[in-house]
Amino acid sequence: MDKGLHTLTLEQQLTQLDEGAIRAVELTEATLEAIEATDATVNAYITLDREGALAQAAAADEARERGDHGALAGVPIAVKDIILTRGLKTTAASRILADFVPPFDAAVVERLRDAGAVIVGKTNCDEFAMGSSNENSAFGPVQNPAAPGRAPGGSSGGSAAAVAADLCAAALGTDTGGSIRQPAALTGTVGLKPTYGRVSRFGVVAFASSLDQVGPMGKTTWDVARVLETIAGHDPRDSTSAARPVGGYCAAARRGPEAVAGMRLGVPREYMGSEGGIQPAVKEAVHGAIDALRDAGAEIVEVSLPHTEYAIATYYLIATAEASSNLARYDGMRYGHRTEEAADLAEVYARSRGEGFGAEVKRRIMLGTYALSAGYYDAYYLKAQKARTLIRRDFEAAFADVDALVTPTSPTTAFRLGERVDDPLQMYLADVFTISCNLAGIPGLSLPCGQDEDGAPIGLQLLGPWFAEERLCTIGGAWEALRDG
Amino acid sequence: MTDTRITRDEVARVARLARLALSDDELNALRDDLDAILGYVAKLSELDVSEVEPTTHAIPLEMPTRRDEVVQTLSRDEVLSNAPSAEDGMFKVPTILEGGN
Repeated sequence: MDKGLHTLTLEQQLTQLDEGAIRAVELTEATLEAIEATDATVNAYITLDREGALAQAAAADEARERGDHGALAGVPIAVKDIILTRGLKTTAASRILADFVPPFDAAVVERLRDAGAVIVGKTNCDEFAMGSSNENSAFGPVQNPAAPGRAPGGSSGGSAAAVAADLCAAALGTDTGGSIRQPAALTGTVGLKPTYGRVSRFGVVAFASSLDQVGPMGKTTWDVARVLETIAGHDPRDSTSAARPVGGYCAAARRGPEAVAGMRLGVPREYMGSEGGIQPAVKEAVHGAIDALRDAGAEIVEVSLPHTEYAIATYYLIATAEASSNLARYDGMRYGHRTEEAADLAEVYARSRGEGFGAEVKRRIMLGTYALSAGYYDAYYLKAQKARTLIRRDFEAAFADVDALVTPTSPTTAFRLGERVDDPLQMYLADVFTISCNLAGIPGLSLPCGQDEDGAPIGLQLLGPWFAEERLCTIGGAWEALRDG
Repeated sequence: MTDTRITRDEVARVARLARLALSDDELNALRDDLDAILGYVAKLSELDVSEVEPTTHAIPLEMPTRRDEVVQTLSRDEVLSNAPSAEDGMFKVPTILEGGN
């Protein structure tokens, strides 16, 4: 039986569109039907743009007929609801922005539109991208399509679930401490966090500005490579975006298993030791992938990232300090929720924020405010910035010796919904393998790498030097060929 | 770093700095949470960073300049379109000065 156009990979959809075998409108309708049939259960989308999507699809079909179309013309893409879309509600999964309709597009959305992508809707996430389970959304939790009853991970849980449930060809996520890679791992999809500065952050609701980065999520390395080629590049509206030329990520993803022959791949001792509390099935699957890469000719060496054990503490001080500052803008004056009852201005601020923010966001604002407050700044915030230097140096030393690092993405497979909500610290500790990457600013790619005994997906993480996205795509493509070989 | 337990007054003080109106239950829960998290991050005190420069950004930043040109920006209506309250083309905000007329 025909499983439906929406179940194809982005690459397969583009091929069929290029060959004229299908039309973008037909593909978009199939995707919208799938969403309507299943998303009441999955809850991957906060806002669906049925009319807009069909109009964009019709425009893509016309452009294709004219023979003048962009690299993603006609494929359905989902956008995390923390990325601004002009005229389409953008909530950051928060009550405080529940009715916010942006008057402009984020840079990445402009680029998707210019490439002819069909933006089907806005995906669920943890409020302000703060969380590792998508349970901190004001619009309800998301089901993991690859492991029913379990969390899809977070914070880009809706984007990951939408890809896993065939409710889009690919999606945009954001990654501040693992928010693309961990949900990709937990849902059996592919997620790429680019180098800090590779992609413009203009129009992305800010969480922690020195760590945030937008990236693609999809079914294969080639699929995410195609989206990255579209969204990457310098943008004068984000002074931290890099002026370097965009790489040929799709071509890099196509080089086959031979391409890893002669590469030196490092396995960090601190990640694969017993300290991380790694689930045995995860360890076994990652070792299996390492063996396959070795058999393909890669040289596998053990490396050390000695400051790994300080990464979570460093991250939760820096990220919350930046968040407390970034979220000061939600004051109920220019946009967002304003309280109905308050005696004076200070009370309007405090009540609007108290009513609008959820528990995890409040917790992080409080921690960040504390870390920045008089008397604690040197002991917490400055100390964390110095520890960040040590963590970055660990990677500089490692990449002087190896081409890339191979690790698990998450120490465990997807956990049950509700299982960790009462223990914020435990939730933070599960980010152990993804967080250092953001502190160092390097790129990371998560790929499916088997399943545990219950059938829940396991993620393999590849970390590369600054701006080595091409190399990550090459190793990712090679791993997929070896895995599926 | 301090290893004494964070007090409820201190939590309330931070909430005031953060402009967050919190219920008693929230303050109590946050006291426990912050206590646990601060206990954990105290781990950083093991590190000797006296000779280490802080990192503010992972990638060295340049200070770019741009031409001082007039460009298209949002219209006033677009800027006001999400305002909780607006009047006569302006944001309408609560009274901040009492008494005068």
